[in-house]
Amino acid sequence: MRSVLFLSTASLVLLLAGWAYNENYKTKAEIAAVETLQRDIAAKGKRLAVLKAEWAYLNRPDRLRKLAEMKFDELGLLPFEPGQFATTREISKPLPVFDIFKDGVEAMARLEEAQ
Amino acid sequence: MIRKPLRPLAEVLRARARGENPREIEKDNIRARHEAMKDGARLRAEGRLLILCIFFLGAFGAVGGRMAVLASSDPTEPKAARFGEQILSSRADIVDRKGRLLATNFETFSLYAQPQRMVAPKVAAERLAQIFPDLEITKLTGLFTGDRKFVWVKRNLSPEQKQAVHDIGEPGLQFGPREMRLYPNGAIAAHVLGGARYGREGVSSAEVIGVAGVERAFEDRLRSIDRGNEPLRLSIDLSVQAATEEILAGGMRLMQAKGASAVLMRVQTGEIVALASLPDFDPNQRPRPLTTGDQGDSPLFNRALQGVYELGSVFKIFTMAQGIDLGLVNAHTEIDTTGPLKSGGHKIRDYRDYGPSLSVRDVLVKSSNIGTARVAMEIGAHRQKAFLDQLGLLEATPVEMVEAKGAAPLLPKPWSETSMLTISYGHGMSASPVHLASAYAAMVNGGTAVTPTLLKQDAPQEGPRVISQQTSAVVRDMLRGVVVEGTASMADVPGYYVGGKTGTADKPKPQGGGYFEDKVIATFASVFPAHKPEYVLIVTLDEPRETTGEEERRTAGWTAVPVAAETIRRVAPLLGLRPGVERSLKSGVTLASD
Repeated sequence: MRSVLFLSTASLVLLLAGWAYNENYKTKAEIAAVETLQRDIAAKGKRLAVLKAEWAYLNRPDRLRKLAEMKFDELGLLPFEPGQFATTREISKPLPVFDIFKDGVEAMARLEEAQ
Repeated sequence: MIRKPLRPLAEVLRARARGENPREIEKDNIRARHEAMKDGARLRAEGRLLILCIFFLGAFGAVGGRMAVLASSDPTEPKAARFGEQILSSRADIVDRKGRLLATNFETFSLYAQPQRMVAPKVAAERLAQIFPDLEITKLTGLFTGDRKFVWVKRNLSPEQKQAVHDIGEPGLQFGPREMRLYPNGAIAAHVLGGARYGREGVSSAEVIGVAGVERAFEDRLRSIDRGNEPLRLSIDLSVQAATEEILAGGMRLMQAKGASAVLMRVQTGEIVALASLPDFDPNQRPRPLTTGDQGDSPLFNRALQGVYELGSVFKIFTMAQGIDLGLVNAHTEIDTTGPLKSGGHKIRDYRDYGPSLSVRDVLVKSSNIGTARVAMEIGAHRQKAFLDQLGLLEATPVEMVEAKGAAPLLPKPWSETSMLTISYGHGMSASPVHLASAYAAMVNGGTAVTPTLLKQDAPQEGPRVISQQTSAVVRDMLRGVVVEGTASMADVPGYYVGGKTGTADKPKPQGGGYFEDKVIATFASVFPAHKPEYVLIVTLDEPRETTGEEERRTAGWTAVPVAAETIRRVAPLLGLRPGVERSLKSGVTLASD
């Protein structure tokens, strides 16, 4: 009886040792993976900062103004004016429902007529 | 201890007398002695066992406890902190009130050389001079062939430049990583931001320190590690600031002024939404301070904050407000305006003769110095000084920029009767446009004092009361009157009910001894919308001249007012202010794409 107890205890200890050994290595592998990830995150973070700075630089008001002036023929962008405010009453509503089959065909017909 | 004998004579004799064997006695005694010894040994062994037990229990308990703690604690990444620190060591970003970047960090490299490791110093010098046109071959060759072991060649390389240097293939040329402070918007809000430069410089890193403006004032906050990398959020609005600067620059050119400034402030919170000073500079390449001449002419000089000027008639509203608030006058009280008014050898005149008397409202609308001085006489020097102090006009502004502390108003000493009279219409004391903006905010926001700030605020300031609600309403009406009927008629931007007061002050000669005849500071202090003010805008032009008419005009009504009006027209929609109903709807809505 006693020897059975000894044997089972000993094998249990061996099993546990094996499990602990395994866990140890798995943990180390995880840590290494996490480190790589962290490095990646740091690199991406830096890249993100650069992209943000670049975005801000490309969107600087001076440049946008110059671009708007340059492309005035195509876009016709002007500074925001007081006259562009409207009340909801000035907007026609409800918005017309567009029926693709009926209205679409009509629109096509109108287009063809116009040509 | 007296050892008990094994064969006590008395007992042996007694046993013999009874005919017993005395050896039995000896045996008994030996047994008793052995038992006592055994008892002692057992007790000792038991004690040792107990101690050992406790020790093992403790040891296993500790291990088990630790395991339990580990099992119940949250899992953490063991090496997360290392990379975190690296990011945290850099300076926090600065953003505007809507989160748009105003200042950030940019990774770049500095180029250094270790001449003793160089293979072909002359070739390297030639190639470097090709990449960087500002470097001279002879100088570089000298450095590379000299005795020095370490030479900084160039700061802040762009990635392309770095690659080009790398392509030289010279092992003696090395790169040190740097964090560069970048202001992506260039000169916009330059004076607010200030600028930064490198502090201590090492091979692998360099510290970045703020030189001026917000960068310097918030040095600790921007570098603090416990705030994380949380950006510093200013009250400035980038698009409003850009529009203000654009219009101000145009106005300055048109009016041939040598400098201009504008301050746009929210009246309830004291937030400065735009603060412009021209000429300006690019904080990415902050110029050096002037070594000769007047620092006031340097582009680094912040006219809106550091420029303390005699601002002229814009001060009249303070006198009127105080007079009304004290109950000395009301808007319709007739004031004697016959001039000139003499006080202590000083004569006070008006721009033109306004007849024998004007109502208080008209004194302001027509901007009569004599009328204002007469109201000031009723108030008295002591009360006037206390009132201006409440408005924050007697001390440096607490704006969060390093330059603010140095820009204290210039006050007369002593505050004499004559000073009182001249100060009532804005001469004899100097204050900055930021001072004026917060004082005007206090006048129109319902009458509570406002502290100017550059940080975004979430709630209105509950400052101490300066004037009553009713007085504030009267003040607003009078300021609107100046625009509708008075000197600032050009400021009537349709739909925004602009109110305000003009001020044209002769510039004092720098060496003292009077004022220039033909150099003025023209100021327009405006509030909009006048019936429910949200913003105060101060526009100041330095030495403006308006020459489109037959005669040259310098008064604020012809110079600062149109610039301010254009600013309001452009900026109010950006601030989300809807124009009022007086916008004629004849053409309907103008579509944004029209």
